[in-house]
Amino acid sequence: MSSNTDAIRELAQREYKWGFVTDIGEDRAPKGLNEDIIRFVSAKKNEPEFMLEWRLKAYRYWESLEKSHAEPKWANIHYPPIDYQNSSYYSAPKQKPNLKSLDELDPEILRTYEKLGIPLAEQKMLAGVAVDAVFDSVSVATTFKEKLAEVGVIFCSFSDAVKNHPELVKKYLGTVVPYTDNFFAALNAAVFSDGSFVYVPKGVRCPMELSTYFRINAAETGQFERTLIVADEGASVSYLEGCTAPIRDENQLHAAVVELIALDDAQIKYSTVQNWYPGDKNGKGGIYNFVTKRGACRGKNSKISWTQVETGSAITWKYPSCILQGENSVGEFYSVALTNNYQQADTGTKMIHIGKNTRSTIVAKGISAGHGQNTYRGQVKIMKDATGARNYTQCDSLLIGDKCGAHTFPYIEVKNSTAQMEHEASTSKIGEDQMFYLRQRGLKAEDAVSMIVNGFCKRVFRELPMEFAVEAQKLLSVSLEGSVG
Amino acid sequence: MSLLEIKNLKVRVEDREILKGINLTLNAGEVHSIMGPNGSGKSTLAQVLARRESYQVTGGEILFNGKDLLAMKPEEAACEGLFLAFQYPVEIPGISNAYFLRSALNAVRKYRGQDEMDAMDFLPMLREKLKLLEMDDKLLNRSVNEAFSGGEKKRNEILQMAVLEPKLAILDETDSGLDIDALRIVAQGVNAMRSPERAMLVVTHYQRLLNYIVPDRVHVLVEGRIVRSGGPELALELEDQGYSTIESVARGASPA
Repeated sequence: MSSNTDAIRELAQREYKWGFVTDIGEDRAPKGLNEDIIRFVSAKKNEPEFMLEWRLKAYRYWESLEKSHAEPKWANIHYPPIDYQNSSYYSAPKQKPNLKSLDELDPEILRTYEKLGIPLAEQKMLAGVAVDAVFDSVSVATTFKEKLAEVGVIFCSFSDAVKNHPELVKKYLGTVVPYTDNFFAALNAAVFSDGSFVYVPKGVRCPMELSTYFRINAAETGQFERTLIVADEGASVSYLEGCTAPIRDENQLHAAVVELIALDDAQIKYSTVQNWYPGDKNGKGGIYNFVTKRGACRGKNSKISWTQVETGSAITWKYPSCILQGENSVGEFYSVALTNNYQQADTGTKMIHIGKNTRSTIVAKGISAGHGQNTYRGQVKIMKDATGARNYTQCDSLLIGDKCGAHTFPYIEVKNSTAQMEHEASTSKIGEDQMFYLRQRGLKAEDAVSMIVNGFCKRVFRELPMEFAVEAQKLLSVSLEGSVG
Repeated sequence: MSLLEIKNLKVRVEDREILKGINLTLNAGEVHSIMGPNGSGKSTLAQVLARRESYQVTGGEILFNGKDLLAMKPEEAACEGLFLAFQYPVEIPGISNAYFLRSALNAVRKYRGQDEMDAMDFLPMLREKLKLLEMDDKLLNRSVNEAFSGGEKKRNEILQMAVLEPKLAILDETDSGLDIDALRIVAQGVNAMRSPERAMLVVTHYQRLLNYIVPDRVHVLVEGRIVRSGGPELALELEDQGYSTIESVARGASPA
């Protein structure tokens, strides 16, 4: 096994190549969290009164939770208490207000995005991806706005949406994830500074993939973005998000909220490649990724599909879920979560079947290496009126080495006897015989590990848009740090 | 220079000595067979040649094409042109057979400083080889060895050999688990690959395979030593008399 181990170690020593820091002037709030800070954030963004009111309500709710120590503790993750007063809740790159075009953007930020390989410039239109880029807390540029506007699709930063489409924001904000939902959702509602907003009008198929890249740059800040996507009747949209952060010794909090709403016959496909800084090989530093993502299939025949590839973050706590309200609506969750070194992930989904003949599919693949701890936590709930509901769950774990762990907590609750439930689960190890077989055919040990892992994840990668699937495969092999004892 | 030279090879697994001083020379163009009863060390020899790391070599040396084989990793030996057809081919879920074959071929080509082959050139070549082994195209899109029948797995090994075109092919009990038709097809594939540049080492328990793949030399391995070597007629003699006679000879006793 020795050179297999070496190969894995070699992979381990590949550096986190997105770990650079960009030197830009920033405009930030003083450390700490109180009503004044909420007012400061809201004022910075020239928000209408209803937003400030909502934020304050959320803040007061969060504060009551904080005082009663109601930060969630049920997940299979461990970290020292977070001092919420020791962080800054607003950081924005200093720039001229009201950008007319990309040319006015701080060239340093543009260079950062170039390093990240984001097709921010319009000339890269061939890539066919419209990008909203969120740098620290503020959305810096949204490409292809005009082209999308021609078909009536709104794709803009959350701040612009509040300014230009307050009626839509008011109608849908917090209707899927209310600020009372959980501790981190409340915190996000209080302090979120930006994010993306998408509205696809009736009958429109969004003509291109929409994409957001999130980047935490500043030190000692948290990032709290909020995404809201509404697909009106008969509309469809595919949305991708990617994320990176610099290497820093301290842990940084990322508490995002994503809300999806699909009306009659609408479809939303949401794909994530999460590559926040995972911490070093001893578990120092890294992002705490505490995220609430939920979609509501409100209309009949609607469909929401989540695909996630989670390779980054020191700790991941996230359960992209579907509320299947409309008759015949469909929820899907495809997930690859990789934990390595001292990374911890507690991730999975909730499928809540309310409407008749609702269907859901869950395919979760967990990979643990090094000292990584990987937990799948899923809930499938069939309500009383959900006649003919069906769920299929497949949940597989792959272990690399003998110091890591895989854990599975499926919760199933059925209140209608016509429901059909299927659950499959497996746990396997990368075998010495598999490694030897591939190496005997000429593959290097590290390529053999990558091949086995990619094969294991294939069912999920198939769901990703093409360019993302390729990126995800590369990311997996880079992230396969680990040491086999 | 011989293609393969094994000199006084000694191998342990845990605290048991399995090979107790093997000497064997194989020239390009030759096909040799290693025969022997169960537990005699045949598969150990095959695995050590392919550089499996769980075996501990305690003595001797192996030259492959003049290079020190024991200093090579499994992938280096493979890239130098050594191929092992596995007795128990391994499943790789989620990786298509075609993708696997092309990755392997390109790894070998890269090592040799050749350009990688793209799918456009690769697939027609692969289809030709499939025909030789009377294999269905569908096997290319299925995951490597997953849900393959025993016969399909063995044919798939020979297909890989045909694609990788090794200098030395080691066939480890390729006949086990094959019915007579599959055996014929596999042998046909192997025979088509015999050439003056290539050597083969056919490891088998039964003489049956050697009716189809006629070796130049036969070596009988008993308790970790080669106790007899001869021409193809030796295989027939073994079939006739069984291993027990030769085993007792090996132990120095007179035949019963």
